[in-house]
Amino acid sequence: MSDARPPAACALVTGGSRGIGAAIARAMADDGWPVAINYRSDAQQAAALVAAIEADGGRAVALEGDVSDPATPALLLAGAEQAFGSPVLALVNNAGVRADGLALSLSDEDWRIVLDTNLGSTYRLTRGALRAMIRARFGRVISIASVVGPRANAGQANYAASKAAVIAFTKTAAVEVARRGVTINAVAPGLIATDMTEDIPQAFRDRVPAARAGTPEEVAAAVAFLASDRAAYITGSTVYVDGGLSA
Amino acid sequence: MAEHSSEQIEKVITDSLVSFGANADDINREAELTALDIDSLDLAELSQIIEEQFGVELTSGDVAEIATVGDAIDLVAERTAGA
Repeated sequence: MSDARPPAACALVTGGSRGIGAAIARAMADDGWPVAINYRSDAQQAAALVAAIEADGGRAVALEGDVSDPATPALLLAGAEQAFGSPVLALVNNAGVRADGLALSLSDEDWRIVLDTNLGSTYRLTRGALRAMIRARFGRVISIASVVGPRANAGQANYAASKAAVIAFTKTAAVEVARRGVTINAVAPGLIATDMTEDIPQAFRDRVPAARAGTPEEVAAAVAFLASDRAAYITGSTVYVDGGLSA
Repeated sequence: MAEHSSEQIEKVITDSLVSFGANADDINREAELTALDIDSLDLAELSQIIEEQFGVELTSGDVAEIATVGDAIDLVAERTAGA
């Protein structure tokens, strides 16, 4: 069995137009992956990212779609394959949302949107992508989890449930397909400086042993490594990129 | 949908089973898939191959009914003929 990336392969990054997703798309393109960048609403930012990747000699395409819609994952996988003429053999489940509130006051809609976006899309995209991956005897699925989930964080019961479930899904799906050369891992960021974390209180920031927020590029580096041939024997794992927060 | 000969179907299924690690000498119509060390992941991939080659979509219920190599061949032959 070959553990090397086949020449005909592309990557799909969900929620890829900004923040951690954009850094991941850049890192994957730098590693030679043609990258399909999914975005929900920010077409301008996605187009700018595609242009930047192309200016650096890479290949990229922007694909609009709300991954919380159960119909979207299949459309994204088909769209990426059509754009590059090769199947998605690296899937980065990055799209995620927050709708914070104490568990006793969360609305059903707060629960649904967070679980459908963070967990449902991870499951549906992975299920769809695995079809081509097991046939190719190569595949990389990397899902963005969080330190919140394995650890408590008051006000984020829905988010924590979704991210802990992503890690659990990762482990079981990984063992199911390991012998086909497909690896499935999670990357769990801690406090990363993006517009999604601007409102994080200082008290939480003070708990980070590294005494600073991480950068999207530091998360992207872990994702790119897990997508590489060098990570062929790592599967079912969660890599924490958190400055020691979960240690 | 075109009708496919039993030989064509048998060849695709046999080649697939060999690619999953089954010993070619052990494959015959009566051979049980479990005895050939074919598991649920292999059957899921076999379903994909059958879909690609013959345009026949097998449900998980269909796949659960397949016990022997002959069962798989007959099921695909029946579906392609009936389509």
